[in-house]
Amino acid sequence: MEELLNILKDIHADVDYDTCTTLIDDGILDSFDIISIITEVSSEFDVQIPANEIVPENFNSAAALWKLIEKLLDE
Amino acid sequence: MNKKKVVKIIAAALCAVLVLVLALWFLQRLLTPKYIDKNEEGLLVKEYYDYAGGNDVLFIGDCEVYSNFSPVRLWQEYGITSAIRGSPQQLIWHSYYMLEDTLRYETPKVVVFNVLSMKYGEPQSEAYNRLALDGMKWSSVKLRAVKASMTEEESLLSYVFPLLRFHSRWSDLRSEDLKYFFNTRQLSHNGYVMRIDVQPVDYIPRAEPLADYSFADTCWEYLDKMKDLCEKNGIQLVLIKAPTLMPHWYDEWDEQIVKYASDNGLCYVNTLPIAESEIGIDYTADTFDAGQHLNLSGAEKLSSWFGAYLKANTALPNHRGEADLELKWSEKIDRYYEMADAQAAQLERDGKLSGYWGD
Amino acid sequence: MPFVSFGFIAFLAALMLLYYLVPKRFQWMMLLAFSIFFYCFAGWTSLIFMAVTILTTYFAGAVIGRMAEARDSYIKEQGAAMDRDAKKAYKAKVKKRTYLILSLCLIVNLGMLAVIKYTDFGISIVNGIFRTNIGYLRFILPLGISFYIFQSMGYIIDVYRGKYAPEKNFARFALFVSFFPQLLQGPISRFDELSQTLYGPHDFDYQNFAKGAWRVVWGFFKKVVIADRLVTAVITLSGEPDVYKGVYVVALVLFYAIQLYADFTGGIDITIGVAQMLGIKVAENFDRPFFSLNVTEYWRRWHITMGTWFKDYIFYPLSVSPKMLKISKWSREKLGQAIGKRVPVYLSTIIVWFATGLWHGAAWNFIVWGLLNCLVIIVSQELSPLYQRFHKKFRFSNTKGYNVFQMFRTFWLMGFIRVLDVYRDVPGTFRQVGTIFTTANWGDLFNGSFLELGLGWQDFAVVLAGCAAMLTVSILQNKGQVRDRLMARPPVVRYALLIAAVCLIMVFGAYGIGYDSGAFIYTRF
Repeated sequence: MEELLNILKDIHADVDYDTCTTLIDDGILDSFDIISIITEVSSEFDVQIPANEIVPENFNSAAALWKLIEKLLDE
Repeated sequence: MNKKKVVKIIAAALCAVLVLVLALWFLQRLLTPKYIDKNEEGLLVKEYYDYAGGNDVLFIGDCEVYSNFSPVRLWQEYGITSAIRGSPQQLIWHSYYMLEDTLRYETPKVVVFNVLSMKYGEPQSEAYNRLALDGMKWSSVKLRAVKASMTEEESLLSYVFPLLRFHSRWSDLRSEDLKYFFNTRQLSHNGYVMRIDVQPVDYIPRAEPLADYSFADTCWEYLDKMKDLCEKNGIQLVLIKAPTLMPHWYDEWDEQIVKYASDNGLCYVNTLPIAESEIGIDYTADTFDAGQHLNLSGAEKLSSWFGAYLKANTALPNHRGEADLELKWSEKIDRYYEMADAQAAQLERDGKLSGYWGD
Repeated sequence: MPFVSFGFIAFLAALMLLYYLVPKRFQWMMLLAFSIFFYCFAGWTSLIFMAVTILTTYFAGAVIGRMAEARDSYIKEQGAAMDRDAKKAYKAKVKKRTYLILSLCLIVNLGMLAVIKYTDFGISIVNGIFRTNIGYLRFILPLGISFYIFQSMGYIIDVYRGKYAPEKNFARFALFVSFFPQLLQGPISRFDELSQTLYGPHDFDYQNFAKGAWRVVWGFFKKVVIADRLVTAVITLSGEPDVYKGVYVVALVLFYAIQLYADFTGGIDITIGVAQMLGIKVAENFDRPFFSLNVTEYWRRWHITMGTWFKDYIFYPLSVSPKMLKISKWSREKLGQAIGKRVPVYLSTIIVWFATGLWHGAAWNFIVWGLLNCLVIIVSQELSPLYQRFHKKFRFSNTKGYNVFQMFRTFWLMGFIRVLDVYRDVPGTFRQVGTIFTTANWGDLFNGSFLELGLGWQDFAVVLAGCAAMLTVSILQNKGQVRDRLMARPPVVRYALLIAAVCLIMVFGAYGIGYDSGAFIYTRF
């Protein structure tokens, strides 16, 4: 989780990722950011987030994203 | 939803539809040209229904009938009752349906068709379709007439609802559109459109030879249909070429009509060769636009001559002396001379005519 | 059958009547029948192409669905007996087979689209490069093919990804592809969204029906009164570029922006409104795009369903594909963190915009249009730290006035890129835009020259009033749907407004043969 937060902070330093649950819905993350996150995550965790998992529910909060990563790691 | 509410909604919707129909009718009436200050010939076809009935002779054709023949003069001199159903550049299919439409109201004894339109096998202009057809009352005849006449860009629906055709006149609205919203003015004298001014023939353009002088098949078909319809109804069909110099009437065309007439036992007279010698037309005095149309004096001369021609070639009765007809025609005669006087007064005052009514 | 025709209105009336009279379980069949009837007006050959798409996509979906089902039940049965690696290997094996089916389906459909739409463009390029003289094939583009193929491909990809189960009923699937309101110009719907309401059953709901009808009327107003009137000037201005330079190019940018907006959003209003009258919810395609503050936002609000289609089915898969991740890794090592990070995103962006341009039409002007959009997006992405610093430093940049300036800037920027559509000539467009700086003819604005473009001052007045109406409605939409507020009014007010709207469209619409009293003149005094 810590590494993930670092990745996210790198992209937007001024967002409170602990509480924000509308990263996509409020347009805080755009598609460029999402791709950057996925690229970073893939090199950091060695897990590939497939295109069909790129939906608002998975990217609206840091927690949701972490859950996704754990799920993918588990498979 | 309960029943009461449904009924309420339906009632409201029906009311709205009714108001909408009224509003559209109002707009249609407002936006359709009134043909009073401009393009007055648009009134002609509709006016027929005012003088329909009891006409022994029916003229059909383009301006060569409505500018050149005077029913009043035919009545005065020969007791012939006649009506003209002309419209600007009336094509032969228009004329045919004009005849069919007339038969819904009366059966004349003689139909006179001016053959100039034989030269047009194709519609020339959408506007002339409107001038010929918009005034016709609705019946299966009009439906067929519209279908036969429409150019590619037109739609049947725009004849049913002229608003669709004339809606863009909103930027062209004038006071006459309000003034003549409900009523109109009478232009013609049993279909005759009067002009008393004079513009002599000063020059006749040389007629260029044509590549092909044969008339279009469509025209022959409609002429046949016209002939058959007359036969069926016991009407004598008379073909005529009016004595106006333009557009040019080629000898090659004339020969085809002569042959058709003799093959079918019809009367045909081309008045051009005899216009000056027999009819007495003076092209320096009897035309108002340098030879395209005759003015009042020309039309009266032609009518005098043509009345005699009809007497000689048909079996038309002389109705003079019949009390009800005398009364009816005396009113027409009064209107006829009133208009002539009004035009003369305007001509004197302004040096030129600015409208048929002389006001 | 175009939307703006009496045939279409009669068609709608007949459909609405039957739709709410037949037993509800037949409603969707009625829709299918009417959709096929609607499409038949485009010629029966067009129907063949659509049939190919429906058949291939339906069966591909069904096969993929069955494979997935078999896989799941196999794993369930074997569950305990299989370890994680065995499961993974088995899944990969099945995936390979479903991928094959998906690829076949994509190749057939996109291949069909490519052949019909792009062969002549390809030939022209070959002819240009090799100075050959290969004849053009001149296929007639079947109505709406770009839209329904994209919609179907979205479906098959979703099924492949396991997002939802494939539609089992062939006729129901055929309706999804052929649903007539969205055939002409989209939106490109998603199956999981549209299918929720497409198949009913639908009770007649007065509120919904009336709101749908209002939207249709509004769409007709935008299309017939504004777009179809202004199009005359657009055609004149773009048709004679040598005559209309300088200020006329600026005018063309403005006119085309208004015309395209009114035409496209009007058409979509008709689509969504008709669907709403049928009780069906179609995705929104526009969100007042001219209020966008920047180009990225503009593309989130203009032709939304196309944008998300490209994002979901091309941009994301491309940028997270193993190949792209490899490129990313490589470029980071070789080019450094800063540049390396950008490579995959920008590469995908360029590819997507190239494809978007090509999708709009088989011509260089569309490709250049797409790449210019891409350039603006990338440049603004690069400049965004700068902007952020600027916004922090200068407080006026958060004011309404500055926002209006941003909208203005975005509007004109997009407008200038968009004129590539109308000139249809890439160097020509740049030349024309250049004349703005070299031709000093701004005086033509005031000397009546603009009344020579085919529109009289009355026409411009109507367009202006129409634009005022569109702007007012758009501003009102800040506070929610205008139609909701309308529906809250008493029926008398609503009906009076509706009647007025219909009359306005009938009179001020630019349709039919224009009236020219001169054509009626026979004899002159």
